[in-house]
Amino acid sequence: MKPPIFEYASPSTVAEAVALLASKDGNAKVISGGQSLMPMLAFRLATPELLVDLKHLKNLDAISIGEDGVRLGAKVRWCDIESDARLAVSHPLLAEAIKHVAHYQIRNRGTVGGSVAHADPSAEMPGIAMTCGARMTIVGSAGARIEAAADFFTGPLQTSLQPDEILTEVHLPPWPAARRWAFLEFARRKGDFAMAGIALHYDLDGAGRIVDAHVGAIGVADRPIRLAAVEAMLNGNRLDDRLIAAASAKARQSVDPPSDIHAPGAYRAALVATLLARGLKKSAV
Amino acid sequence: MKSFNSYIGRPMERVEDLRMVRGRGTYVADVNRPNQLYAVILRSSVAHGIIRSIDSSEALALPGVRRVLTAKDLGSKVPVIPLRLQPLPQLEPFHQPVLADEKVRYVGEPVALVIADSAAIAEDALERIVLDIEPLPAVANRSQAEAKRAVLFEEHGSNVAITWSAFRGNADEAFKTADYVRRETFKVQRHAAMFMEPRGFVAEWDEAAGKLTVWGAAKTAWHNRRTLAAQLGLALEAVDLIEVDVGGGFGSRGEFYPEDYLIPAAARIVGRPVKWTEDRREHIMSANHARDVECDVEFAVSRDGRFIGLRGQIWADIGAYIRTNGSVGPRNVAQFMSGPYCIEHIDLKSSMLTTNKTPCGTYRGPGRYETDFIRERMIDLAAQDLKIDRVELRRRNLVADAQMPYPLASITPYDSSTELDSGDYHAVFDRCLKEFGWDERTRLRGQLIDGYYHGLAIGSFIEGGAAGPKEEARLVLETDGALSVYIGSSSVGQGLETIMAQIAADAMEMSYDKITIRHGSTSYVKDGYGAYHSRSTVMGGSAILLAADKLKDLIRKTAGARLGCKAEQVVIDGEQASFGGEHLAFAGLSGVPLEVEAEFFNKKYTWAYGTQAAHVAVDPGTGHVKVIDFISVEDVGRMINPLTLHGQAIGSIVQGLGGAFLEHLVYDDEGQLLTGSFADYLMPTASDFPNIRSITVELKPCPNNPLGAKGAGEGGLIPVGGVMANAVADALSHLNVQPMELPLSPPRLWQLVEQAETARSAD
Repeated sequence: MKPPIFEYASPSTVAEAVALLASKDGNAKVISGGQSLMPMLAFRLATPELLVDLKHLKNLDAISIGEDGVRLGAKVRWCDIESDARLAVSHPLLAEAIKHVAHYQIRNRGTVGGSVAHADPSAEMPGIAMTCGARMTIVGSAGARIEAAADFFTGPLQTSLQPDEILTEVHLPPWPAARRWAFLEFARRKGDFAMAGIALHYDLDGAGRIVDAHVGAIGVADRPIRLAAVEAMLNGNRLDDRLIAAASAKARQSVDPPSDIHAPGAYRAALVATLLARGLKKSAV
Repeated sequence: MKSFNSYIGRPMERVEDLRMVRGRGTYVADVNRPNQLYAVILRSSVAHGIIRSIDSSEALALPGVRRVLTAKDLGSKVPVIPLRLQPLPQLEPFHQPVLADEKVRYVGEPVALVIADSAAIAEDALERIVLDIEPLPAVANRSQAEAKRAVLFEEHGSNVAITWSAFRGNADEAFKTADYVRRETFKVQRHAAMFMEPRGFVAEWDEAAGKLTVWGAAKTAWHNRRTLAAQLGLALEAVDLIEVDVGGGFGSRGEFYPEDYLIPAAARIVGRPVKWTEDRREHIMSANHARDVECDVEFAVSRDGRFIGLRGQIWADIGAYIRTNGSVGPRNVAQFMSGPYCIEHIDLKSSMLTTNKTPCGTYRGPGRYETDFIRERMIDLAAQDLKIDRVELRRRNLVADAQMPYPLASITPYDSSTELDSGDYHAVFDRCLKEFGWDERTRLRGQLIDGYYHGLAIGSFIEGGAAGPKEEARLVLETDGALSVYIGSSSVGQGLETIMAQIAADAMEMSYDKITIRHGSTSYVKDGYGAYHSRSTVMGGSAILLAADKLKDLIRKTAGARLGCKAEQVVIDGEQASFGGEHLAFAGLSGVPLEVEAEFFNKKYTWAYGTQAAHVAVDPGTGHVKVIDFISVEDVGRMINPLTLHGQAIGSIVQGLGGAFLEHLVYDDEGQLLTGSFADYLMPTASDFPNIRSITVELKPCPNNPLGAKGAGEGGLIPVGGVMANAVADALSHLNVQPMELPLSPPRLWQLVEQAETARSAD
């Protein structure tokens, strides 16, 4: 469990970091907290020639809250989110989801940008980004671009990030004060990756009908997903036990999780249905 | 006036803790020798195959790489690892070579050793060794083993290495006339001891002195020294194994593994000290696995609820070789299935199957954890079928005080017989019910509260300890009045130094602070046996008592000579020897240290025993089980230190819960290990099982040793799998969910619930 030999750089600007990445033609990796990369290096699953450490980059560690939503710098750590009391109002779904990330020590190091760029299909932050329709700011040799979460996550641990690009910000859309929401996941032990999880939010119209439902799931596909069929079923309807049961059944049908050593796919599909039903009930309280 | 000491029975804090919690322990990774090199082991990534070639030239070309050793470098015949326990000649074909020679038989089997200037360079070199293995079909489970998809040892012709037989009474006759017989199959998954500090060695060969020193020994240093000296062709005195602080053992650490030979041999070959530290991935694929048992058993009970017989077949998947103590678990499953209950007629066969998986050895409560799961499940099933309350059914069948000593089933081959020594099993059973509040909680059974179904279970167990043949102690009263206690026992984190000091302090009527326990070297006493089978306290402690008697005689003799009286006239009290108003302090009593040795011999096991009860809540939607309350009551005969014993019990129970719910070494059908890290092999963490209670009682001292103590390091976990499965079945009784397999993972429970609901809706 000794990483192979690699070069190491800790540039002080994003431009320098991008230039370093570009110089290695795909054989460099960005490191921030190291939450996922360090084990991969130790197992020699990742063998980059160069590690570009973001620790000296400025202005990437702020949580900005404004009328246009919540902007999370790439270097914002889980513990920063946990300790930011504003988020309880400004984005309670995010605050709740992040409570489930890993363990205390890891939450002191792991970052928003690292998690989103790593794109583990069971991870909470990619799930929130996907569910909420986050927009990612990405800087590369060709300049900056903005990409929607739906286009950003492209496969298992895969994103649209190019080898010379760095994710610098995750922007979550504004959060109306009356919004209903829930985040539920089930893990074998506290802090483990979820076997499945559900993030959802919706608003109510004047007649108490659901509008703009967002329902996301983690741990059930090769990337975080939205359950469009469930959202369609919820929109325009009042939440009651019948709707919850129907949405839950729909959720089970709309996922096809792979089987692995921890669970058969059918279990994860059933788990999504269970969590969705519980989440919808919780959202109404 | 005589002042009596009373350290035994007091909750003394561990003397080990002060150095350990301050980071001042010395583990083998902390040992460094001048000029040392580092070893890393190339392990097979193929489960079963023929080694065609090993090309190390690229690795040797890497700067900093000193040597690559393969089987060919170890002489004409690669040394094999002999068995420590049950060393039957017919098991010799299954001994593990220290490096794979012609064949590899499991993923993780050592194939080559790289020695380099740093561990990182050695790991780089590993990737440059070109290993050509021609794959053979693999045997990864019982059905493949029985179908001979491949045969691991062709000359043996079968994957059944040996079959143990446990017998008592006449089972066939008893089953013919039994009122009730239930036949079931059960499975306990492969899991293993995951001690916090992985293994490691530092070995140094002194060419001039012809002396080999190895740091990193544990558990059975003297046995390992004999094995190593024989393998290397050295005299015993030329080999010293040193035991430093150890971060846990649980039966696995300290047995003789390939690395126990490879690192010392490498040090001798390269002429420089060599260090090897196991990483977690290596540990998971190379240190002993355990449990992995299936069975098909029948249980006969009379209509009025008297247990009559157990009959059936057990299959233990022991992996690719028979390791030093590899027979213990499979044998124990058969021998101890009757547990603390009267079962007159027993006919159980236990077959050890070789498979292309990591070899197995003992892990805390070997065989007992598995067999208690089987037995306690069978009892609950019988109670349900016979409509007898399961508490009452157990009470009716526990061995009574008046029946002691009570013989258990005998075992063959490597014949052994043992008998339960003493105990008031009913008193402990009732105490457990009372402490748990069984009657008050009964109304919760099967209730759905906040989405969880509640269930209760109870189970009883026996815990063997104090394996012979002997243990040795050497006591030295130093000239300054301090006492050095050299002991053949070893420390695997159980608080040995504390407990032995308590025993020695009482025996010598000395202050605890004046006593130093020395257990770290094979040069300290002539022979030693070590720490296994919950034996250290009983065996080492009794040896100290015998030695203390001798030392007191010597003190009296020495003092008598100075005081001008007969030895027997000298009175020892308060660290002084007195006669006629004259006092000689231990300090300065003699110009030279006073030294004695004693051995304690023992042929009879001690039998601690107990009862556990649990209250669980099951979420049928996720399959999650919450352990609401768990209580264990155990009689250990005589308690030396309630604090350390309590810690042992709680830790052991948590390990049992790990086996019941979380831990599973998963292989695919080709013998690839799929759980190679702690991300996939799930250990209980501090927050998983917060509600555990342990109560220790001293009802029946052991009649077979001077301390009256019974080995008690393992008991906590023994019935946990059975108790948990029964509690889950109780919670889901409305669905008649009957778990027959561990672990009780969320997907498995969810599946059982789904199947039960499907079956119910089909009715």
